[in-house]
Amino acid sequence: MGGVLNEKVDRIASEFNESQQEFIVKPVYKGNYTETMTAGVAAFRAKKHPHIIQVFEVGTATMMAATRAVYPVYQLMNDAGEKFYPQKFLQAVTGYYTDSDNNMYSMPFNSSTPVLYYNKDALDKQGVSLSSSESPSWYEIEKIAKKAQEDGYECGITVGWQSWTQLENYAAVHNLEFSSLSNGFDGLDTKLDLDQEHILHHVGRLREWQKTNLFSYGGRRSDAAPKFYNAECVFYINSSASYSSVEANVKKFKFSVAPLPYYPEIEAKPKNSIIGGASLWVLRGHAPASYRGVARFFTFLTSPEIQARWHQETGYLPVTIPAYELTKEQGFYLKNPGTDTAILQMTRVTPTKNSKGLRIGNFVQIRDVINEELEAIWAGSKTASEGLKDATRRSNKLVDKFLRRNF
Amino acid sequence: MVENRPWLNFFSHFVLFLGVLIVAFPIWIAFVASTHPPEALFTNPIPIWPGPDLVKNYSEVLGSGISSAGGASVAVMLKNSLIMALAITFGKIVISLMAAYAIVFFDFPFRMLSFWVIFMTLMLPVEVRIVPTYAVVARLDLLNSYTGLTLPLIASATATFLFRQFFMTIPKELIEAAKIDGAGPVKFFVDILIPLSRTNIAALFVILFIYGWNQYLWPLLITSESSYATIVMSIQRMVMSAEADPQWHLIMATAVLALLPPVIVVVAMQKVFVKGLVETEK
Amino acid sequence: MEQQTPYKHKFLPYLLVAPQLLITLVFFIWPATEALMQSFMVENTFGTASKFVWFENFSYILEDEQYLHSVQVSLVFALATTAVSMGLSLLLAVMADRVVKGAQVYQTFLIWPYAVAPAIGGILWYFMFNPSIGILAYWLKGMGYQWNHQLNGMDAMILVVIAAAWKQISYNFLFFLAGLQSIPKSLIEAAAIDGASPFKRFWDIVFPLLSPTTFFLLVVNVVYAFFDTFGIIHATTAGGPANSTAIMVYKVFNDGFVGLDYGSSAAQSVILMMLVGVFTLVQFKYVERKVQY
Repeated sequence: MGGVLNEKVDRIASEFNESQQEFIVKPVYKGNYTETMTAGVAAFRAKKHPHIIQVFEVGTATMMAATRAVYPVYQLMNDAGEKFYPQKFLQAVTGYYTDSDNNMYSMPFNSSTPVLYYNKDALDKQGVSLSSSESPSWYEIEKIAKKAQEDGYECGITVGWQSWTQLENYAAVHNLEFSSLSNGFDGLDTKLDLDQEHILHHVGRLREWQKTNLFSYGGRRSDAAPKFYNAECVFYINSSASYSSVEANVKKFKFSVAPLPYYPEIEAKPKNSIIGGASLWVLRGHAPASYRGVARFFTFLTSPEIQARWHQETGYLPVTIPAYELTKEQGFYLKNPGTDTAILQMTRVTPTKNSKGLRIGNFVQIRDVINEELEAIWAGSKTASEGLKDATRRSNKLVDKFLRRNF
Repeated sequence: MVENRPWLNFFSHFVLFLGVLIVAFPIWIAFVASTHPPEALFTNPIPIWPGPDLVKNYSEVLGSGISSAGGASVAVMLKNSLIMALAITFGKIVISLMAAYAIVFFDFPFRMLSFWVIFMTLMLPVEVRIVPTYAVVARLDLLNSYTGLTLPLIASATATFLFRQFFMTIPKELIEAAKIDGAGPVKFFVDILIPLSRTNIAALFVILFIYGWNQYLWPLLITSESSYATIVMSIQRMVMSAEADPQWHLIMATAVLALLPPVIVVVAMQKVFVKGLVETEK
Repeated sequence: MEQQTPYKHKFLPYLLVAPQLLITLVFFIWPATEALMQSFMVENTFGTASKFVWFENFSYILEDEQYLHSVQVSLVFALATTAVSMGLSLLLAVMADRVVKGAQVYQTFLIWPYAVAPAIGGILWYFMFNPSIGILAYWLKGMGYQWNHQLNGMDAMILVVIAAAWKQISYNFLFFLAGLQSIPKSLIEAAAIDGASPFKRFWDIVFPLLSPTTFFLLVVNVVYAFFDTFGIIHATTAGGPANSTAIMVYKVFNDGFVGLDYGSSAAQSVILMMLVGVFTLVQFKYVERKVQY
C-alpha cells in the first residue's frame, strides 16, 4: 500500500516471517488499486503472478467471475487444513466477499464504511446533539443544517465518494435493492435500478438543497474535505477511514461522529452500511504446498492481536469479533470517542440480501457513469429523474459489456 | 526587410516579446511556485515572484520525494530518466547508422524487405499497440528494468531514414576513392562516413535525447516499482494522489527539474539542432 | 530505388541491419500482429478462455456512443490545437523574419517548449488554471468568469488545447522561419517596388510560397495531436470531465488498462493503426517528395 500504510503492511509480513520458518511473505507495492489490478492480470497472463493480490471492492465481480484463476479463501483454508472459523468474522465486513451461500471468496483486509462527521461546535451552538450509535433522521439533519446556515455557516452538508455514500450505502441502509438478483450475488446478469422511488426521493432533495448551498457538492472522491475542515459545511459524510485525516486537519472546531442518517418512513429499522476498501484474493497456478503458507498467513493476519493493532493504527474496521472485543477491552473506544461508530453501524443487524454488498461487473466504470450523471443533476442540467434514468441505462449497458467477456 | 517602416518594426518586436512572454510564462510560474512554502500557494492570488524556499524545496524533493505519492526521491528519478534518455539516444543512433549504411551501401537479398519492415515502425507508435507490447515485455520478464525501458524504443525508423537520406547524398567519388585505397566497408564506415555525418548525429542527439527523456506512456506502463520511475512519468502520480491535497510547491520543483535537462540540451546545442531539425525533416 | 555503388559483401549487411530488424520484429511487428488477432476475439479478464468473434468488436465500438464521442473529441482537439499552434507560430515567424537584430534571442526563448514533455507542459497549464489557486483562473475570476475545468467540459478542452498548442509552437516556429527565409528576397522586393503593402505582399506572395511548409506542418501537427498528446490528457484531465477530453489514444489506454477490456482496446488499436497508416501515406506521398524509393 502507499504512504504510511506501506510500513504497517511490511511490519505484519515481517512479523509473520519471524514467527515461523517454513514460509516467507513478501509484500510488493504495485501502485494504486487500478494499477495493481492491471499488473495482477498481466502477471497472471504471463504466468508470473503472486499468490495473493489486494483488489479493491469494486473489482469483486471481476474476481468472483474468474473461477479458473481465483482460489476461493474458504476452499484454500479447507484444503490446507487450517482451522477456519467463518462465524468469528464480522458478517457485515465479510459479506461483500462471500457468495450467496456465505462462503468467503477473499479475505477482507482494509475495510471502511461511511459515517457522518459533524461540527460539534455548530451543534452545541444550537443546543442539539447527535448520538454516536443511533442513526439520526435526514429530517433532523436538514433542520440542524438550515439553522446552522442561519447561524452563519455557509453550507449544511457535503459528501465524499457520492456513489458509495449516497446511493450504494443509502440502498443498503434502507434495505432497498440497488440492483437485481440480490445486488448481483445471485447472478452476474444483474440490472441496476437507480431511478426507483426512494432513491429519487433522496437525490431530488439533495438537488433542491444544492440550490441554497444546504448541500454543496465538492468533488468525486474526498475533494470535499476542505469544506468541512474550513468550517464551511457543518456535516460531512465520508469513509470511517478518513478519521485520522479529519482529526489532523480540523483545527478550528471540535468534531464528532454519528452513524449515517436515514428516512424513518422508508425503513423503520435502518440496516447495516456496506464496506469500501480492499480484500486479499488468492490466485491459482502455484505449487500446492505453497498454498499452505498462504493459509497460515491468513490465520496470522486475522489473529485478534494483529487485527486489533491494524484497526487501531489505521482506522480500518476489524475483521473479526475477537479483534473488536480486544479493542474494547483495551479501552480504545473510550479514549477515542467516535471510533466505534462505524462498527456499531455495521453490526446493528444481520445483513439482509440488500446490505451484504455489491457484486456488479465493470463497477469502476459504472461509478464514473453515476458520478457524471449526479454531477449533471447537481449542476441543474438534468432533473433527478432524468439523471438517474440515464445512469441506470448506461450502467446496465456496462454490465452487458462485462457479461460479454466473462465466460 | 524591404523598406523601413518604424511602426511595423516596433509592432514586430512587440509581438515577438509578447510571444516570448506567453511561451515562457508557464515555466516562470512553475519556477516561482517551486520556491515558496506550501502555505503561500493555498491563498489567492499566488505570488508571481520567487520566494525564499528554493534550496529547501529542491533538497526536499531530491531527497525524500513526495510521500503522498509513495514514490522514490526525485534524485533517483532523475537518474533513471538520464539512463533511459542516454541509452535510447546512443542506441538509436548506433543501430540506425548501421541499418541505414547497410541499406544504402550494400546489395543483398531482403534489402527492400528490410527497408519496408523498418518503414512500418513509423505506422506503429506505442499508442496503437499498448496492450500487446506490454504483454510481450511482461513475457520477456523486462518489466521494471532499464532494458525494458529503453530497448523497445530504440528501433523506430526516423533516425534510420534521416541517415539514409544523408548517405544517399555522399558523392560517388568518395566511395570509389576509398575502394581504390583498399578500404573495406567497415573502415569506410568508421573512418569516413561517420565523421561526415557529424552534424546529423549532433542534431539527432538533441532530438533523440529529448525524445527519450520525455517518454511518458511507455515508462508509465512498464514500471510499477518506484526505484525505476522516471521523472516525467511520475508527475501525474504526484498531482493525482488520492487522499492528500497536491503539494504544489514540491510538484512544481519536480516539474522544473524534469524540464531543465532537455531545455539545457536544446539551448546549448541550438544552432546545430535547428539546422538539423529543419534540414533533415524536409 | 537509387543506390550508392554497392558493396557486395555477404554477411556484413545482415549483421548491420540485424539489431534494428530484430528489435522491430519483437517489439513492433509481433505486438501489432497480436493486437490484430486480439481485435477479432473476446477474452475473459484473466485470459483463461477466449472465443473468436469476427468483426463483432469492431461493430460494437462503431456503434458505441462513447467511442464515437471520442472520435469527435479527437477531431475537435486536433483541429483546434493545429489551428492555434500554427496560427501563432506563423505570426511569430513572420515577425522574426522581419527583425534582423535580436532574432536569435527570440528564437532561443521560443524553442523551450519543444524540450518540455507534453505531460509536464500539461501540468504547468493545469496548475495555472487550477480553479482554487491557479493564477490564470484567478485573473479570469476577476473578469467575471468562473473557470473550472474539473466540472466544465469546454474549459477542460480549452485547457488541453492550449497546453498542446503551446508545446508545438517551437517546432512550427522553426519550420515557418526556415520556410520564410528560403523565399527569394528578389520576389518580395519586386512586389514592393510595384507598390504592394507588407500585408498584400504576405498574402499574395509569401503565403502561397510557404504552402509546402504549411502542408507539411499540417500533417505533423495533426499526427502530434492524435498520438503524442496522451501525456497531456492523462496527466491533467484523465479524459474528463464526463469524457469531454477523452481522445482516441486515451480511450485505448483506458479501456485496456483500466477497464481490462482487451478485445475492445485491440479493435480500437487496429483502427488507430489504419489512421496512422493514412497519415503516413499522405505525408510521404504528397509532402516528402525528396524521399525516393
